[in-house]
Amino acid sequence: MSEENQVEEEPKPLVLEKLEANHADALLAQDESRGTIVVVIHKEQAYAVLEYLKTDPELAYTFLVDVTAVDNSQMESELMQFDYARFMVVYQLYSYQGQCRLRVKVPVHENDLSLPSVTGLWQGANWLERETYDMFGINFDGHPDLRRILMPDDFDGHPLRKDYPLRGRGERERFNFDKQNR
Amino acid sequence: MQGGLERATGEKMVLNFGPQHPATHGTLRIVLELDGESVLKATPHAGYLHTGFEKLGEHLDYNQYIVVTDRMNYLSPLSNNFGYVLAVEQLLDIEVTKRCQYIRILMAELSRLADHLLWLGTAALDLGAFSVFLYSFREREKLYSIFEKTTGARLTTSYTRVGGVLRDLYDGCVEDVRQFVSNFPKALKETHTLLTKNRIWMDRTKGVGAISADDAISYGLTGPCLRATGIAHDIRKAEPYSSYDEVTFDVPVGTNGDAYDRYLVRMEEMIQSCGIVTQVLDNIPDGPVNLEDNKITMPDKSDAYGHIEGLIHHFKVVMDGHGVQPPKGDHYCATESPNGELGFYIVSDGSGTAYRIRIRPPSFFHFQALPLMLEGGMVSDTVAVLGSLNVIAGELDR
Repeated sequence: MSEENQVEEEPKPLVLEKLEANHADALLAQDESRGTIVVVIHKEQAYAVLEYLKTDPELAYTFLVDVTAVDNSQMESELMQFDYARFMVVYQLYSYQGQCRLRVKVPVHENDLSLPSVTGLWQGANWLERETYDMFGINFDGHPDLRRILMPDDFDGHPLRKDYPLRGRGERERFNFDKQNR
Repeated sequence: MQGGLERATGEKMVLNFGPQHPATHGTLRIVLELDGESVLKATPHAGYLHTGFEKLGEHLDYNQYIVVTDRMNYLSPLSNNFGYVLAVEQLLDIEVTKRCQYIRILMAELSRLADHLLWLGTAALDLGAFSVFLYSFREREKLYSIFEKTTGARLTTSYTRVGGVLRDLYDGCVEDVRQFVSNFPKALKETHTLLTKNRIWMDRTKGVGAISADDAISYGLTGPCLRATGIAHDIRKAEPYSSYDEVTFDVPVGTNGDAYDRYLVRMEEMIQSCGIVTQVLDNIPDGPVNLEDNKITMPDKSDAYGHIEGLIHHFKVVMDGHGVQPPKGDHYCATESPNGELGFYIVSDGSGTAYRIRIRPPSFFHFQALPLMLEGGMVSDTVAVLGSLNVIAGELDR
């Protein structure tokens, strides 16, 4: 075997190969970081790609580990990379079959904060999307019950956005229950 | 019409279960719609213990945040400490010393025992088995003495550090733990004789709160609740972190996914944890506990007081912008906590403070799946199901 053959690149992971074959137009970026494959996909095709990842018998990412978001407004390098999309919605997937993880990221612009809900694919997405809505104000279209989950129903603002201060806006001693009940 | 049952049919009653109720294990709230004694609809509400841990993570440096992790699952803080620093270390691309890995596994498994013991005691207490509560708390107390001697605290352990642990095991720790694990299976057998074949316990838990394997995956259940449905998945086996690939243990599974199976799975897990602890004690290597990297770990105190380099390193580690600074990037790290998959997703912007910390708590998913397990059952089963899930408000709401 010649030396050139030994530095041959590792074969591409199956998931990237299959995504390139079936959803090439949805892929914005792909990467492998610390053993996890990361793909960034277009918002418009997000549902279709996630559905494909879950239902394809060879991939079978049947376990939605987590849904969350990152407010990139104070991270210039990330902002520039994806056309100044302020939020990045992050899905962590796991395949029991292949015993591997996959991170799917979807850039979301501030002027259109809606994203299709994946509650139809995973029951567990319900509360995860509610929390992401509560903390970041991202709307999940088609969600059966998009309400706040951790913050009180009458709360103003979205606490995990970077422009929300650590000590809160207008600290209070107690919540005004009388006013609500009247 | 005479007779309570017939009169109840068709009439709905709404029962507010929690957030302040002794059987809710923390500030959990479930709104139950009842027809007589059967549950028509159950709506769990989260958020009564929301503490803003994720926001805090954006304002504390990597080592300061360890004290916050204590307060997530307050039944097994050592597991949270472990999971968190592991995520930071993987982000930094460093691996701690072998001895440190063994110490962490030892503490994580002991805290799994402590967590399962408290779960066992309170779940049994809720169904009226008071002796079990006393038996399990007796054993738990021994564990907490070991934790106290090792870490200096019973609950707020904050034992791990990025790149190591607070301090090495105390003199005599190995003997103490050995004594505990040699007596523990016998003590657990007492509980087995009290509950496992007990007619009342079986009637109250068998077939109660059952969930199928497919539903469990769809709802994101992990840990003992997932394994009770028959799926032999354990992160310690599937993606061995730290030195878990060097110990052997079995992954117990159930068949029906009901409260009884969750009980049996947890009971067997305690025995398996004892086995892991014994292997760790047999093979724990000598050597330094902390990584010898002055940019990440604190120097020895004698070094800090006796040498100028030590003093400089000491200050550099704690000063903002000079200590632990993972490279730009993000990482998700999952560990098998006593309740299931505890994940930390950390986004770093290259500074000494995380840009974003996301905690993936197992209880969040278990509490969400509650309606599926309660609806169609009896109101008295609510307590049995809630007890069997071990939902911890601290990690549910963060």
